[in-house]
Amino acid sequence: MTPSEPTSASPAAATAGDAVAPSAIELERRAYRESRRRRSILVSLLSTIVLAIALGSVVLGSPGWEQVQQTFFNPQVALDSLPRILEGLWLNIQVLVFASILVAVFGLLIATLRTLRGPVWFPVRVLAAGYTDLFRGLPLIIVLYLVGFGIPGLEFTERMPAAFWGTIALTLTYSAYVAEVFRAGIEAVHPSQRLAARSLGLSHGQSMRRVVLPQAVRKVTPALMNDFVAMQKDVGLISVLGAVDAVRAAQIETAQTFNFTPYVVAGLLFVLLSWPTIRLTDWVTARMRAREQIGGIV
Amino acid sequence: MSAPAETVLSLRGIRRSFGEVEVLHGIDLDIAAHEVVALIGPSGSGKSTLLRAVNLTEPIDDGVVLLRGEDISDPRVNVDRVRARIGLVFQHYNLFPHLSVLDNVTLASRVVHGLRRAEAERRGLELLDSIGLADFATSFPDRLSGGQQQRVAIMRAIATNPELLLLDEVTSALDPELVGEVLALIRSLAEAGTTILMATHEMTFAREVADRVVLLDAGRVVESGPAAQFFANPREERTRAFLSRVAR
Ligand SMILES: Nc1ncnc2c1ncn2[C@@H]1O[C@H](COP(=O)(O)OP(=O)(O)OP(=O)(O)O)[C@@H](O)[C@H]1O
Ligand SMILES: [Mg+2]
Repeated sequence: MTPSEPTSASPAAATAGDAVAPSAIELERRAYRESRRRRSILVSLLSTIVLAIALGSVVLGSPGWEQVQQTFFNPQVALDSLPRILEGLWLNIQVLVFASILVAVFGLLIATLRTLRGPVWFPVRVLAAGYTDLFRGLPLIIVLYLVGFGIPGLEFTERMPAAFWGTIALTLTYSAYVAEVFRAGIEAVHPSQRLAARSLGLSHGQSMRRVVLPQAVRKVTPALMNDFVAMQKDVGLISVLGAVDAVRAAQIETAQTFNFTPYVVAGLLFVLLSWPTIRLTDWVTARMRAREQIGGIV
Repeated sequence: MSAPAETVLSLRGIRRSFGEVEVLHGIDLDIAAHEVVALIGPSGSGKSTLLRAVNLTEPIDDGVVLLRGEDISDPRVNVDRVRARIGLVFQHYNLFPHLSVLDNVTLASRVVHGLRRAEAERRGLELLDSIGLADFATSFPDRLSGGQQQRVAIMRAIATNPELLLLDEVTSALDPELVGEVLALIRSLAEAGTTILMATHEMTFAREVADRVVLLDAGRVVESGPAAQFFANPREERTRAFLSRVAR
């Protein structure tokens, strides 16, 4: 999609193929920089070790450590509970995938509805604005309870699994956030882009789809990924509806063994799950900042 | 091909105000097919406003815009259909940064005129080739110099064979050494018979390429005439004053 970027001149590239030998003054400067570099590596290593020892001795030396280790960090309990928690995590992942797709679609839809001009669209605009205001203010756990226990009570549908209502609740809440992110992106596209598209004869809808939205999405990709990370952990809240996900599985295991290690296992698994996205978000953000600095697109 | 005397654009009594300030005080102007008209005048005289009014991106408060006899300023016309018949190029090119150079040129053909991609791209590549930029077809606009970007923007505007091409000071954002290549392109379009209305600060270019020159000052047409006569022998005192100021 994007053209290859020019490699920024690295020091190695600058000196490679340099036939001229560096001057004495330059050699002396390089030796100084090298010694500074070695020193700072040593200092950071030392300070890390000191901090680790300090923290370790405080925790491990505390009077209750033995007890805490038994109830929270018991390797045997961890191993025994792992299969069930993993099974639960699979449910979380499924809900996450469905909810993400739905959130992307609804978020974009609502953001687009809010850009519509003209009196016919007035009620639609108001509804879309009201929706984002309401669901950004409402705690997710309350949405979960209302959707998970309220809507089934209306008996529109067959009995649906708790994970289904969890997916709906997550979608409702996160679509509101994501719609606002998209809207910010749409507003960040310069009006001259829309003018250029309209002057070519593209309709409002065509201009949005072909010109404004593609640029808007690029602009807000880091923010969207951040919301995705937040959703990756909030997906654990569907356990309040009784869905047997990783959190619920850990709860069951805990109740059976009177040991909290399964919660720690579930927590670690959630961290592992979100870690790649977090790193990817950092990478995308850094790359976009670099592009902006060379005056690239988006 | 239409008769040479056929009128492409007629403006009758165009008025436009921003708040209390009227910037167009009733403009009358006719442009015949294949005619190249240069719109000159001091900064703020209303050149851009007039071009946008023709393109229907600026509402007007009074008057009529006729495109081949059809009243396009009527609120009942489909503005998208009208804009698709008129090309407009801006001072700051406004290429789409997320689309390749070729996609920029072919977007309107595909989306508005319903050409198949292969067909649109064949024509797009021909156009890019004619300005020596075929090698950049798959590049993104930010790879191109200002002059190259502006030439691509002109190709984007003419890719759909518009009946009228509007150019709004297309060289004034360019470094001096890049102006020539853009003017050369406009000259070749003019020679190929494109009907052009262009706002410009390039007096030499206007004299050489335009058939007719129109001086706009404070929202009024001060003088309009064949290029040679307009520059050699202006009738109005205001024209003489303006020309001596820009000639320095
Ligand atoms: N959207 C607007 N709102 C208010 N005033 C405007 C607007 N657009 C233009 N004007 C005013 O209208 C007048 C004419 O502007 P216009 O851009 O048409 O001039 P121009 O002849 O193109 O000038 P230049 O040579 O600097 O491009 C100016 O005084 C300008 O300030
Ligand atoms: Mg202007």
